[in-house]
Amino acid sequence: MAKILMKGNEAIAEAAIRAGCEAYFGYPITPQTELLEYMSRRMVELGRVFLQAESELSAINMVYGAACAGARVMTSTSSPGFSLMQEGISYIVCSEVPAVVINVMRGGPGLGNIQPSQGDYFQMTKGGGHGDYNVIVLAPATLQEAIDLTILAFDLADKYRSVATIIADGMIGQIMEPVELPEIEPPKRPEQPWALTGAKGREKNIITSLYLGGPNLEKVNLRLQETLEEIKANEVRYAEYMLEGAEIVVVAYGTAGRIAQTVVQEAREEGIPAGLFRPITMFPFPYDRLDEVAKSVEHLLVFELNAGQMLEDVRLATRDRLPIHFYGKMGGVVPSPAEVLAQIKKIASPQQGER
Amino acid sequence: MEKKAGFAKPEALTDALTHYCPGCTHGIIHRLIAEVIDELGIREITIGIAPVGCAVLAYNYFNLDFAEAAHGRAPAMATGLKRVQPDKVVFTYQGDGDLAAIGTAEIVHAASRGENITTIFINNAIYGMTGGQMAPTTLPGQVTTSTPFGRDVKLAGHPLRVAELIATTSGAAYVVRRMVTKPATIASAKKAIKLAFQAQRAELGFSLVEILSSCPTNWGLSPLEALEWVEENMASYYPLGDYKVIDEVKSLK
Repeated sequence: MAKILMKGNEAIAEAAIRAGCEAYFGYPITPQTELLEYMSRRMVELGRVFLQAESELSAINMVYGAACAGARVMTSTSSPGFSLMQEGISYIVCSEVPAVVINVMRGGPGLGNIQPSQGDYFQMTKGGGHGDYNVIVLAPATLQEAIDLTILAFDLADKYRSVATIIADGMIGQIMEPVELPEIEPPKRPEQPWALTGAKGREKNIITSLYLGGPNLEKVNLRLQETLEEIKANEVRYAEYMLEGAEIVVVAYGTAGRIAQTVVQEAREEGIPAGLFRPITMFPFPYDRLDEVAKSVEHLLVFELNAGQMLEDVRLATRDRLPIHFYGKMGGVVPSPAEVLAQIKKIASPQQGER
Repeated sequence: MEKKAGFAKPEALTDALTHYCPGCTHGIIHRLIAEVIDELGIREITIGIAPVGCAVLAYNYFNLDFAEAAHGRAPAMATGLKRVQPDKVVFTYQGDGDLAAIGTAEIVHAASRGENITTIFINNAIYGMTGGQMAPTTLPGQVTTSTPFGRDVKLAGHPLRVAELIATTSGAAYVVRRMVTKPATIASAKKAIKLAFQAQRAELGFSLVEILSSCPTNWGLSPLEALEWVEENMASYYPLGDYKVIDEVKSLK
């Protein structure tokens, strides 16, 4: 299939359309706005539902409504908008209906700026809204991966009747790359006997997140946790690069992971035994595999576009058994490969001196 | 004939025992909605959305597919449900705290878009479920647990007149205010609810029926005193009437 040149936000939008997204609700916010714009044209051309909401609060609740009807539905936003969606996401998860949410992260906190950032890692991977829950979090490092993971997100949301998210950043949203768009058969979706389609020839369906009385809610909590355990068992994904003989392994995801790949290659060219471990699912985090990788290396260097958020998961995975270094940039500042390479050299220099 | 049939339990209601307080008018309004749904023969294609507030458990009483929304977000949720299945009848059932405070943006924009849904808006001038705090609709001078000295409009602002506000939106097709204090007003409220659902069936746009309701428990009045209070105090601040009825709706009558 021929490759075509696309912008990240548009590639994610087209991937969603090919995955059979029936309804999109969103609100403009930089740096994800092109996604909404793309949907406003293509969804209407295809006779599907597109609606620009009055706020991210409304957008996520429109998603909630469409999900209750059993539609394949999605929204997209950027960090401040993602904060506003937390209420709705918490309700959707508790109601056990499937939905996809794209977060093209920007600098924060507050209004921050519109540059690429990974500052929402905690919010995305540790629950985000109120109550005990997690959402599935997929981190693309290239536009091709963004396309593939968007399609996967719809299937995972369906499979687990939960929320699947893409943790992208302004870089993924805004860059252009050659991509291959798969031709997809109409999606084979699970049966939805729970959907609100009118109580015709059956008992009425109720979709609620209200369970009064301790034992009633606890039962739902335990079921949600069971689903999370299934997700942890089945859906861990990661990429490994030049791990063979590696003594210093960079752990990075998304845009940072992409930069790290270049850095590792350059380090190897200079004779430094570096490697890359790139988590693709941030929830479920690849704790076990990272732990295994860490057993045969000397140092880990966690590199993120934030103050050190995934860092906590890396420490959890390895129980701090080896030196874990951190290099992070905030404020939408994206370091050059040379800056990250300098960090690797700092770690490597005593070892190199011995050789 | 219709009157006689009216004494049977509507098919659109379940047998669940009510959790509403004695004298509360939610029960009357639930019944009116159910009768209308039966009369229009739309039970199997109707989806309701419950609010946060006293009616949070409304789904237990209606024999319909039902969703329970986040506080104030029912019109957004209804929008999602309706847009993906426009052949269904979708209505929200919302109180004044839900619709006129935390959910003001959602209701105004759903109306403004002409979203083809129906909203039954219960105005009882107080937050019932949380135990009687000031609502956006609490009357000037009214004592509540969060306006212990009476609502001082200089401090707490003025009550919001929802039907009047929604009637200004271009997308609204049918916006009226009724009350349910005695047989005549109840019959009038039922007619309005029916017309609102008919307007949706005819795809004419957004419809809202505001209903002045009583809250004896939190007003500290007996059920009968509370109904009198609706007529004497609320109906003067919130006049009953038809605030917007587009010609296409008029011709449905």
